[in-house]
Amino acid sequence: MSCGSKSGASCGSGGACGCATGRGDVIDDARRAFLRGATATAVTTLAAGVTLYSFGAEPAAARGPDEKVTSKVRWGLLIDASKCGDGCSACVTACQTENGWRDTGHPETDAQWIRKLTVNNPKNGATFSLPMMCQHCADPPCVDVCPTGASFKRADGIVLVDKHTCIGCRYCMMACPYKARSFIHEPLEDQKPHAPRGKGTVESCTMCVHRVDEGRIPACVEACNDTAGGAMLFGDLNDPLSEIAKRVAAFRTTRIRADLGCNPGVYYRNI
Amino acid sequence: MRSVATLTTLLTAAILVLPSATAPAGDAPWLPKPARGQGEKCVADTDWMRRNHMTMLMHQRDDTVYDGIRTKRFSLKGCIECHAVKAADGKPVTVASPTHFCRTCHDYAAVRVDCFECHASRPEATATTTGKATPVRPSTTDAAVLAQYLRSLER
Ligand code: SF4
Ligand code: SF4
Repeated sequence: MSCGSKSGASCGSGGACGCATGRGDVIDDARRAFLRGATATAVTTLAAGVTLYSFGAEPAAARGPDEKVTSKVRWGLLIDASKCGDGCSACVTACQTENGWRDTGHPETDAQWIRKLTVNNPKNGATFSLPMMCQHCADPPCVDVCPTGASFKRADGIVLVDKHTCIGCRYCMMACPYKARSFIHEPLEDQKPHAPRGKGTVESCTMCVHRVDEGRIPACVEACNDTAGGAMLFGDLNDPLSEIAKRVAAFRTTRIRADLGCNPGVYYRNI
Repeated sequence: MRSVATLTTLLTAAILVLPSATAPAGDAPWLPKPARGQGEKCVADTDWMRRNHMTMLMHQRDDTVYDGIRTKRFSLKGCIECHAVKAADGKPVTVASPTHFCRTCHDYAAVRVDCFECHASRPEATATTTGKATPVRPSTTDAAVLAQYLRSLER
């Protein structure tokens, strides 16, 4: 889990931090927090969040399995389009493998939790590509319109569908400005045990909530860091010491259709 | 629901009369004989589980979905892993097979479960997620919670 490990690769590819210095800062920050009188738990949490999420490594658990999620955390993503390869779809493949959805040859109805978009400016011919998925809005229209309360936002900002209550009305699909949700049309079997999905319900990117709850990073981010351009960073936007919050503060970032006021948790750079 | 509960109680009572799996053939052959799970014993007394597993699963489901609580004791995933029944080919059967652990009793009691329309009804073939194996995170509190639950059951 330290910078020296394999998954520390994201640190190098991120290019913005040297492992040794980064680690030093982390320890200092943790000590400072301790000296400021924070409780021992807070220090652990803080240290874990800072140390591990910052570098895209395997983070240790910041929360026990029996503890509720809290709104102290807001999980988010920062995606640097300049590092996102044109033909690359490592994130999409990783998501499919992790969550068990796939193309079945019916592009109009197949589930799509994450997709690659090629954006082009017809005026000057400039093109670039980026991954697009549920933006985990802080004010999500999908939740506003859901008649059953199945569509909901977890305290830590992850937007999910409780498939136990979803009636498949698909209002949320209509309301989502990002076309992030899919409806399952056919019966399924052999789903991934950690990612239940079934006919008649709506689904979308879960930010790999099952991994996040274990203190790990989403599969797309891991794949992009390990095997592709290292364009994605996952972390706690509420923690000013996290790498993602630092970068969002330091660089000019864009949230897609920010004008709609959904307050997405996914930030993009260089678009 | 009430009739289901009554039925379950009757069924449970009937099963409880049965000695364990080693019972000589001929004992109430019409009763279901669910396969034994792995390990020493279930997460709670068998007779208690027969009556209450659905309540615990329902309770845990909301805790997990909304609050991210993922304790192992009453997780459906845990039940499925421990109670997997192998087919002749050595692979665990899905709920499509009448020998599936859940189906053994549910078929007998004519109570249809829809859990498996979304949930996996057997453990993953090779428990792989992308790349790295899931680290087993030791929980300092799980044991304590378990002990507390067990004590509350004894009351
Ligand atoms: S991107 Fe769409 S599905 Fe995701 S939270 Fe926003 S409105 Fe809901
Ligand atoms: S499809 Fe399900 S989650 Fe979406 S609005 Fe309808 S009930 Fe809610």
